[in-house]
Amino acid sequence: MSDLRTLAPGLADPSHDAQQLFRAILDAASHPGRIVSLPSAPAGPGALSSAATAYLLTLADRDTPVWLASDFDRPEVRNFLRFHAGAPIVAARAEASFGVVAAGTPQPFDGFNLGTDAYPDRSATVLIEVPDLQSGPMRHWRGPGIADRTSVGIAGLGDAFWDDWAANHALFPCGVDLVFTAGTELCALPRSIAVEV
Amino acid sequence: MTENSAKDGAYNYAYLDEQTKRMIRRAILKAVAVPGYQVPFGGREMPLPYGWGTGGIQVTAAIIGRDDTLKVIDQGADDTTNAVSIRRFFARVAEVATTTRTEEATVIQTRHRVPETPLSEGQILVFQVPIPEPLRMLEPRETETRTLHALSEYGVMQVSLYESIARHGRISKAYNYPVMVNGRYIMSPSPIPKFDNPKLDRSPALQLYGAGREKRIYAVPPYTPVKSLDFDDHPFEIETWEQCCELCGSKESFLDEMIVDDDGKRLFVCSDSDYCERRRAPAEAAE
Repeated sequence: MSDLRTLAPGLADPSHDAQQLFRAILDAASHPGRIVSLPSAPAGPGALSSAATAYLLTLADRDTPVWLASDFDRPEVRNFLRFHAGAPIVAARAEASFGVVAAGTPQPFDGFNLGTDAYPDRSATVLIEVPDLQSGPMRHWRGPGIADRTSVGIAGLGDAFWDDWAANHALFPCGVDLVFTAGTELCALPRSIAVEV
Repeated sequence: MTENSAKDGAYNYAYLDEQTKRMIRRAILKAVAVPGYQVPFGGREMPLPYGWGTGGIQVTAAIIGRDDTLKVIDQGADDTTNAVSIRRFFARVAEVATTTRTEEATVIQTRHRVPETPLSEGQILVFQVPIPEPLRMLEPRETETRTLHALSEYGVMQVSLYESIARHGRISKAYNYPVMVNGRYIMSPSPIPKFDNPKLDRSPALQLYGAGREKRIYAVPPYTPVKSLDFDDHPFEIETWEQCCELCGSKESFLDEMIVDDDGKRLFVCSDSDYCERRRAPAEAAE
């Protein structure tokens, strides 16, 4: 059972904090590759980063089941999301609106809802916790939201990850949307973006 | 500005409850991820009738914060009923600063125009949309239009444009002129004049479209290609006028035709009131 004495605090000022966080998230989503620092992101429970915590507190609620990879599927994280967001925690990736996985997980976004050709908006959004957003090998991203192309060096991702991404991008308009999170920063990779390996 | 009255504590911040705002925010993010695709959302009753911008207001309410500066235009003008009442609504329920200057605004809600002043990165343009489905007049069934979008089967739209050429010698559509977004989805740009269509193409600003009655949200991210549909031998063209604006002399802006007396005397003025006033100010100051 949840113990309120050990429960990490959520957003200090839910209405305004969520609005500020959403605008930062929208800025990231509409400029893929841009590293956005989140204002007043709360410290996350367990292994969950501040940025991933802030993302879920801003957007998850009782309508959006969350799937947690084993690194994050701990009582303190489950209780935190249930208490502050009211989000159900589900055991199957296919049922989730939001997923949280760690970089290095094999097939990190396999099995999530891809949406359908008629309703591509029903696909899942997967948060990928990475060591940082700058120090990895540079790759060129192209697509909506990027003026020509942009170079992004997300750390902790192997070549297999980008092969998986190419397959996901090829499903457009279906496919999952990714958000890379590290510390209090995040960087969005919507399905519309092509990444040159 | 006296419009910025104190916050009305009887409402949640920005009028909508938090659950509704989260739902709309999720829809906006999916709309940005699939440019031009119409995301269904749980549209709420708003304190004004459908057709007065309920879709745009819900989008604005979901994104706006106390740091924002809001501009609202109706057919280009800041001082018309719809624009004034929406601006006052957000000043009251969202404690937001308002402006009429295009470049000062962080969020611009618009009905049927895109400002003449070029937009910049970081600005968000929120369109009020009456009929989001560009194929609706050609195919009334939602199940069918959804399939046509899914299959990217847009022949019917090209045929309708061809029929317009066969009948009138040119594509006669002057507003709500259909566009192709990022080479995938045909989208209604809302009833803006086709004059404004080129401003949507690779705009540095984020475009969000809200349809309240039809309960759809769609988006065009910054720098996304937006191509007005046409044919090689009938390329897309925007309106031109022989006249210039009677007030500011602009030859580049979209002009409204006004009837000014009972004898049918006409004159042309800029539709964008902010643009027109700003062009006049230096001239009047010099006099």
